[in-house]
Amino acid sequence: MRTLIFLLQKEFRQIFRDKTILRLIIAMPIIQLLVMPLAADYEIKNINISIVDHDRSAFSQKLVSKIVASGYFKLADYGNSFEEGFRLMEKNKADLVLEIPADFEKQIIRENTQKLFVAVNAINGTKAMVGSTYLGNIISDFNQNLRTEILPPSKTSNSPQIEIVSSNWFNRFLNYPVFMVPGILVILVSMVGAFMCALNIVKEKEVGTIEQINVTPIRKHHFILGKLIPFWIIGMFVFSIGLFLVSRVVYGIVPEGSILVLYSFLSIYLLAVLGLGLIISTYSNTQQQAMSLAFFFMMIFVLMGGLFTSVDSMPEWSQWIARLNPVTYFIEVMRMVIMKGSGFNEIKNHMIIITGFAIFFNTWAIINYKKTS
Amino acid sequence: MKQNIVISTKNLTKRFGSFTAVDEISFDVFEGEIFGFLGANGAGKTTAMRMLCGLSLPTSGNASVAGFDVYRKTEKIKRNIGYMSQKFSLYEDLTILENVKFFGGIYGMTKASIKTKSEELLVQLGLEKEATKLVGSLPLGWKQKLAFSVAIFHDPKIVFLDEPTGGVDPVTRRQFWDLIYDASEKGITVFVTTHYMDEAEYCNRISMMVDGKIAALDSPKQLKKTYEVNTMDDVFYHLARGAERTSD
Repeated sequence: MRTLIFLLQKEFRQIFRDKTILRLIIAMPIIQLLVMPLAADYEIKNINISIVDHDRSAFSQKLVSKIVASGYFKLADYGNSFEEGFRLMEKNKADLVLEIPADFEKQIIRENTQKLFVAVNAINGTKAMVGSTYLGNIISDFNQNLRTEILPPSKTSNSPQIEIVSSNWFNRFLNYPVFMVPGILVILVSMVGAFMCALNIVKEKEVGTIEQINVTPIRKHHFILGKLIPFWIIGMFVFSIGLFLVSRVVYGIVPEGSILVLYSFLSIYLLAVLGLGLIISTYSNTQQQAMSLAFFFMMIFVLMGGLFTSVDSMPEWSQWIARLNPVTYFIEVMRMVIMKGSGFNEIKNHMIIITGFAIFFNTWAIINYKKTS
Repeated sequence: MKQNIVISTKNLTKRFGSFTAVDEISFDVFEGEIFGFLGANGAGKTTAMRMLCGLSLPTSGNASVAGFDVYRKTEKIKRNIGYMSQKFSLYEDLTILENVKFFGGIYGMTKASIKTKSEELLVQLGLEKEATKLVGSLPLGWKQKLAFSVAIFHDPKIVFLDEPTGGVDPVTRRQFWDLIYDASEKGITVFVTTHYMDEAEYCNRISMMVDGKIAALDSPKQLKKTYEVNTMDDVFYHLARGAERTSD
């Protein structure tokens, strides 16, 4: 116990003396949480549209202003040659080209039908898909208004219409920060925990101080605890800054569920990722090797943890990978507790699994850490 | 005079794959002596020393250090030895005093004895004013002396020094050897590797390693007599000439 106190004292002195690390610990969660949720937004805006208007009528003007007023589109060009519009698309300045034929207004009034042509730049697939859907909605809305405004009622009500009204549960306004901030916070805590801890130990190997430690009667588990505890505390601290300072103050996210549930899960989760960090450190001799390994895991954490893409919509094999990723569980728990207000009962399985991870990783690390080679 | 044996090896061997770094070495070290472990670069000195310190397990052969077996009692050995590696290995981002207290603490010394002994240490090294300076800011010679003092801070039975004076000037080397003599007078057995032949003269007995084997073991005086030469340098040339391994 006394040995452990000496180790912890030394560890904290070193951490607090390293101004870069200290700044990183405080600034990283704040900056990343401020920037990333706003940038990593699923909602697609700023779709550049080029409108080719051969009609130049009151109706076509109305449609154009409706499109622009929606807020999703930016008018890249408004002209009357399709070639011109298409060229913009080739130069990547337009994502969509909408062609309004001549006689647009006349045809609608006389014959009650009209065709519009939309060309989509599918290089950025998501943007194109979403853009053309938005455009379709705007046009059909425009169509509805037009019919009720100018056509006799008999003609409009000739076909029954089913209207779908949906309401979004747990995130009523589809507020993206509410969805993203908890996820990003998980990634941050994992990085701080796993990689700072791994780099710290590998640095001792590189500098040679670990040899001096290995030649002392320090017990293996004391040494490992001496490394785990400081970074566990730092992880808790970073999480708290993120949860209380940034997400509450800046994004106004107040967890629906209990803070106690979140922190209980976090405390075990941190043990799991720290264990992973320890494993990385036992397998690398230089900080470079540790960084490369850390980067490899980082990519898996971010891309296979359900932060950006839902795990349920992954192919089955990659769902398996996601299930082996501790980050997946914490992101789920965060979203469940913060957005749905889930309690201990709902996250029981997650808790059991993450405890398993913690035991597995740390046992592996302790076995693999050798004082004698 | 019957002397107590504190280190004893019998056919101690370490292989890395097909390379035999240490090849069946056998020797005894007596209590309180300064034992020089000489040899060219790559002769296997460090590997042999790491086995004796419990940092590396032997491939075959036997050895005991301070009465403990190097296979099974490595942790017991670690309680009884001090070690100073080739690479400077105190914490550069801690102050002198913090380093001393940390290592004293993990060897289980009491607070009171850490306090009195660290004061003595600072006086002996003349570092009273520098006590709260970061170790990283000290010149190399001071660092080496400090590392040695830390290695014997917990009063080990044996201290292992791996090329402790590499890269320091002759004056500092001289001062360093004064520290070694002080430790030896206190009864600490000193096991030191070096390739400075003038330092070899300071040892009570030396062993000369060539290609993983011990080529000669005796007092410096006796060695010079045996090989009919005047200096330790010549003894070294005489023995190392036959070496097959090139330096690393």
